[in-house]
This record gives sequence, C-alpha cells and structure tokens, in this order.
Amino acid sequence: MNKNLRWKLMSVIAVTALAVWSFYPPGEKVKLGLDLQGGVHLVMRVQTDDALRLETETSGERLRDALREATIDVIEVAPASPTEFTVTGVPGDRDSEFRRISQDQVGAAFDREPGVQGAYTFRMKPNIAVRTRQDAVTQAIQTIERRVNALGVSEPIVAPHGTAGDQILVQLPGVTDVARAKEIIRSTALLEWKAVEQGPSPTREALLTATGGTVPSSMEVVPGPDPSGSGGTVYYLLRRAPVVSGSQLRNARPTLDEYNKPAVGFTLSQDGARRFAQYTGANIGRLVAIVLDGRVESAPVIESRIAGDGRIQGTFTQQEVQDLSLILKSGALPASLTYLEERTVGPTLGADSIRAGIIASVTGLAVVALFMLFFYRLAGINAILSVVLNLVILLGFMAYVEAVMTLPGIAGFILTIGMGVDSNVLIFERIKEELKTAKGVRSAVAAGFDRVFLTILDTHVASMIAAGFLFQFGTGPIRGFATTLFFGLLSNVFTAVFVSRTLFELFLSRRTATRVSI
Amino acid sequence: MQIFRETHIDFLRWRWHALILSWLLILGGVAALWVKGGLPLGIDFSGGTIVVMKFEQPVSEQQVRDALASLPGEKVVQQYGQPGQNEILVRLPELIAEEGAALERGANAVLDTVRQANLGSFEIISTEIVGPVIGRDLQRKGIYATLASLLGILLYISFRFRFSFAVGAVVATFHDLAITVTFLTFFGYELSLNAVAALLAITGYSVNDTIVIFDRVRENLRSMRRDALEPVVNRSVNEMLGRTVITSGTTFIAVLSLFIFGGEVLHGFAFTMLVGIVTGTYSSVFIAAAIAIFMSERSGRARHRAISPVTANETKSRKASRRARAS
Repeated sequence: MNKNLRWKLMSVIAVTALAVWSFYPPGEKVKLGLDLQGGVHLVMRVQTDDALRLETETSGERLRDALREATIDVIEVAPASPTEFTVTGVPGDRDSEFRRISQDQVGAAFDREPGVQGAYTFRMKPNIAVRTRQDAVTQAIQTIERRVNALGVSEPIVAPHGTAGDQILVQLPGVTDVARAKEIIRSTALLEWKAVEQGPSPTREALLTATGGTVPSSMEVVPGPDPSGSGGTVYYLLRRAPVVSGSQLRNARPTLDEYNKPAVGFTLSQDGARRFAQYTGANIGRLVAIVLDGRVESAPVIESRIAGDGRIQGTFTQQEVQDLSLILKSGALPASLTYLEERTVGPTLGADSIRAGIIASVTGLAVVALFMLFFYRLAGINAILSVVLNLVILLGFMAYVEAVMTLPGIAGFILTIGMGVDSNVLIFERIKEELKTAKGVRSAVAAGFDRVFLTILDTHVASMIAAGFLFQFGTGPIRGFATTLFFGLLSNVFTAVFVSRTLFELFLSRRTATRVSI
Repeated sequence: MQIFRETHIDFLRWRWHALILSWLLILGGVAALWVKGGLPLGIDFSGGTIVVMKFEQPVSEQQVRDALASLPGEKVVQQYGQPGQNEILVRLPELIAEEGAALERGANAVLDTVRQANLGSFEIISTEIVGPVIGRDLQRKGIYATLASLLGILLYISFRFRFSFAVGAVVATFHDLAITVTFLTFFGYELSLNAVAALLAITGYSVNDTIVIFDRVRENLRSMRRDALEPVVNRSVNEMLGRTVITSGTTFIAVLSLFIFGGEVLHGFAFTMLVGIVTGTYSSVFIAAAIAIFMSERSGRARHRAISPVTANETKSRKASRRARAS
C-alpha cells in the first residue's frame, strides 16, 4: 500500500468517525421537526396599525398637556387615523407659540399641515411609521418568547416569518393544550389604570346623560363586569390617557383577595409608583379603573394614597390568575395578533411518521443494495459502502448544523440514496467502457473516475441550485427536505468520487489484481 | 453484468412521435383541468381546515358525514391512512374571507359536532388550519421558487455547455412539470405543499438526467467532428442507455418504497416523484436533446447563409467542435 493511498484511507476513516461522533447518540443529537415530534405550529400577524394608533394617540395627549400648561385653549385634539391626529381651534393670536410647542413636542415624528381657521393635521413621518411597525414586530417577538419560555416549552421557535415583515412563526414542540397556548400567546395584556369620570352605569345611554349624550374626545366608554357580581355588564366613562400602564409594572403574582378569591398582585416600577401615588393622593374617594385589553376588570374606590403595590380583583379562576400573572410579567404586546395558520400534530402521528420513514428508508436502501450487487457484483459492495457512508456523513452534518429532521427530510435521505447510486453507476459504466479499450485495469479505473468527475460536478451543481431555491421557498418541513437534499448532494460528491475511488485503489493495490469484478 | 450490449437505436427518429405524445398528454391535462375548474389546491394554498381523528371503535365515513351534515359548507370526509386504523379526515373549505375572525372556528365546530354524535371517543391526530393570507403568500413563493430555480439552471448550463443545450434542458424540465401536474390531476391528487416540494425536486432530477446526456454529447463532439449533431446525440444516448436505465430504475425503486411505506403524509410527495422520475428520464432523451438539435440546426443554417458556400453540416460541426474545445 503506497503512502498516497494510506493518506486517502485515513481521511475517509477520519471523516466517517467525525460524522458518527457528531450524530451519536442520534436520540439526543438529531433534532426532530414538529411533524415527527408532535406539537403546535402557529403563524400570526401583528396588527401593526395598533402600534401606530398608540403612538399617534399618546403624541396627541402629550401635545394637549403641553398646550394646557402654556394656557393655549384649543377646541380639540383628536386622533383621525392610525397615523394622523388633528388639532382644531388654535387661537389666531397664539399661532406662532402653538407652532413652537408642537414642534418641540411632536415635531420629531410628525409633519404638521395647516388647515383653515386654526386647524392643523399632524401626520406621522413615513420613516417613523415604518420603524414603529418594525419595532412592534420585534417587541412582539420578544414578548412572545418570554411568555413561551415561562410556559416551560422545550426548544420553542419564535421567529419573523413571511415576506411582508409583519408575521411571526411560533413552534411549540410537544405542546398538546393548544387552546391555552394560543390564549397565552395572543393576550395583548395591555394593562392600564384609568381615571373614572362617570359610571358605573347599566347602559351606555345612562352613562352619557351627564355629558349630553356624546363621548368627549379625551374620554372613552369601556365595559366591565357588574361589581355586584350579577354577571351583567356595566359601562364606565374613562379618561383616555392612563394614569399608569403595564409598561410601568415591575412584577405580578397570583394572590388572594380579602374574600379569599384568586387575584393578581402587582408591584409598580419606581416611576409608575410615583405617578400612581400622586394621582391616588389627589383623588381619594373617586374610582380608578383597572383596564385589561380594553375591558374594565375592576374599578375600586381609592381609599388612600397607594404607592407601589396593589391587587387586581375580578372574577378569576386559579388558572386564569396564574396565566394572567405570567402574561403581565412578560409585558404587554405592542399590538394585537391575529392567527393566520395553525397546525397541530398529535404525538401518535409523529411516532407513526418516524416509523414509516425508517421503514421506507431501510427498504429503499436494501432493494437498491440488492440491485447494485446484482448489476455490478463486487463493485456493487463498493457502491453500497459509498452510499451508506454518504448517509452517515449527511446525518452527521445535519446534527452538526442543528438542522431539523422532518418527514420530507427523510424523503430527502431517500433521494440522496438515488443520487448516490446514480454517481456510482455513471462511474462504473465508464470504467466498463474504458476496460473495453484494453488499457489495463488500473488505468481504466483511473480514467473512469477522471472523466466522470466533471459530469458529476455539473449534475450536482444544477441540482443544488434547485435545492437552494427550494430552501428559500419553504417553511418547516420543506426546508428540512431542501437541507437534506442540498447537503446530501454535497457529501455525495465526496463519497462517490473520493471514497469510491479509494476503495477501488485499495483493491487494486494488491499486485495480483488484474481484473475487477464490475 | 451488462444490460445492454452495444445498442444502436435511432432514438431521434422517434422525437416527433414523442413530441406529439407529450403534447397530447399535456393537452389532456389542460382539458382535465378545465373540466375540473382548475387544479385542486391543497389547503396549504387554498386555505381551509383539515382535522384528522382516530376513533376507538370502527366508524364509517358515512357516519361521520351524517354527523356533520348540519354544518355549513362543502365538507370532505374520507378515510385516512391504513384501513382498520379508524382514522377519518375531515376537510372544510375556507369559510372566513377576511382575516382576524377566529381561525379555529371550523375545526372546533367539527370536533364539537362529532363529540355529540355518539360515535365513541376519539383522539385528534392532527389539525391544520390555514388562513387565506398564508395560501396566497405560498402560491406566489412557489411560483417564484420554480421560475428562479429554472433560471438558475438555465444560466449554469449556458455557462457550462451551450445556450441551445440550456434551452433544451429547461424546456424538458418545463415539460416534466407539465406532465407531472397532468398526472396529479388524472389521479385526483391535490397540489399540496409537499407536492410542490416534489415538483421542485423533479426540476433538479430532470436536469441531472439531461446533463448526463449532454455531457456525453459534449465529449463525443470532440471525437466526431465531421458528424452532424444528430448522430452524435444518438450515439451518446445509446452509450448512456445502461446508466440511464439503472439509475432511473434504482431511484424509482427507492421512491417506490417511500410511496408504499412512507405513510399517508408523504403519499402525494412520493407519487409526484415517481411520475417525475419517469418523465424526467424520457424527456432528457426525447425533449431536451431534440430541442438542442433543433436550435443548433437553426443557428447553423443562419450562419451558412451569411458566410460561405460550405455545407450546413460542416458549419455546424465546425462550430460544434469549436464550442466543445472551448468548454
């Protein structure tokens, strides 16, 4: 055995060992996709308009407060669309002052357009709108991640999805209670404390008699459960601008109220506690509403100045209190979510699919192996070895890059068997042709491999182009297929050309070899 | 062992017959599509709901169908997987046009109704609910991916071989996709995400097969400089016949085991691949090579008129050998 051949053999063994080390033990190292493991796959859209609306509303509020401080009396500051708000009735003699204040307060994010009779429209700058949308999606992803982690799901996936930029993919392996998982993910959990101006009243109409039947632009009507516990709905007239909101929450935990019913205890951040103390101190005897996702949970009377700690009472079950604490702790979503796609794979189907995939692969490999032995006799062993090694390297590679194994991925393995056999057949047929011209065994084998190398390269590159675009196109299972196909092709170039040739050379290195069984 | 001792089959003599056969098949497919009102799209593309349930006791499709009769919309109820497993699949069309409404409403309605129908207890094997937005997104991405990979392959073959070969390969691939979709229609498979993955895999496989033959043509052009392209192609196809049959045969068998043992989820995928392997092999001989010859002849004739009184054949082979040397 010459030195060159020994070096080749060593590298084949080294690569094999590396691949086996990489995926052993397969139970731990090879990651299974949802279709094999069971679990939930969700695609949702972030309603980014919500985030724009919030930004526009708070900017309007900020401007109104600043105008009040400067004693500029305007008729109204009101949101007009998710990206616009209007100011009407700016006194003519204070126009320049108004312009200066509005520039200071909201000029960075809004363009100002003058209208007639002291009216102005503030429109969000396009780049700010784009950034607000992006931020909303990023923030939603982070929030969902925190919630999913708190749920205790192992190896969840939370990632941006699709081309529009406002979709999020969530995969929760092993989760069976889909409804609960979805509820926890979706809850906007926008928690706000708002000043109660009127109410509670049993109907909207009764509520609005004091204000002449209309809702003032700085206020809103919010429903909530009847505090008497009758199960009915009552209405509150609340100030739009919250006293404090969920973003100023430091902690939330399940607790019990004075009647031993489940409630959520909370602690505010320093800033929030200061504002809350200030407000409650000045409004003793009035009501403050605790609003969660646009619904009043409770509206207790302020009995004293409240600093940092408080309790949300409502009609909660133990489970709801636990989930609500979890959701509140993980922060509010910047925008609401709608589900676009939902796939659930039960654990039975996953196990069935694994079994089916393995049976199909093993049968496929066995039949192909018999075929090759029949057609190529001893050289068939060579082909089988290189095809098997190809699969081993592919498995090692998948484990190394932590690619996910899916059912279509198993199909990719089977196609890789086909491609591996194809390369070997090309080489063997070529060697046979070369043998006919009677050059002697060694040079025929060498010529066979040399001539076919470019063909194999061309076919593999073309197929890899297709696999690459498939990866771009696909999600989940299809990506698994594209990945196995791509890396299967890559490792096949190595096994079919290098490994198979080394095996031939090993056989021919015996002096007596004057013919090959092919 | 040699399955074919030196063959001298005039494959290209049959190219017009093959072309007509292919066109008939594709037109048949188009007609079938027209009659059926379009390719049946899987819920991945059309949107909709699929619920698969496994019952403890044997339950017939009709029993489930009767139970669900009160629900609105056109429902498909069919047995799923192996007989005797008591697995039933229920498919609902996309009911909610706009997004935002409760996505799972249809699935919940099915489960509630079946629960009340007294068919014994059951386990939910899987649910798939796809909203309309996702479907549209995937349709666009699927078409984009197919076209992009064909373009990539066209560029690669033009770079490695000749432009006429690249056109031949791409037309052959298009042909394979059309034939495969035709067969999917004939056999009542729907175009699912997995089937599209298989279609894209076929583009790779079909081109693979074509390149192997073109590669031999490229090589033979060097030794057969005086010959026209047609006999060169014929000889190349004959020389590669053993390889073509063995390779396609083994890959076919490997995928056949997937079709038989791979389970219900991969049925459509495996079927698509099986058809694709057969048509991919056929088209690399009859379509790809024929188109390549056709295009080379046309450019050869044009040159002939433009330059000198040499025969068309000579121009062609000279040009061919020059290209061959260059590549």
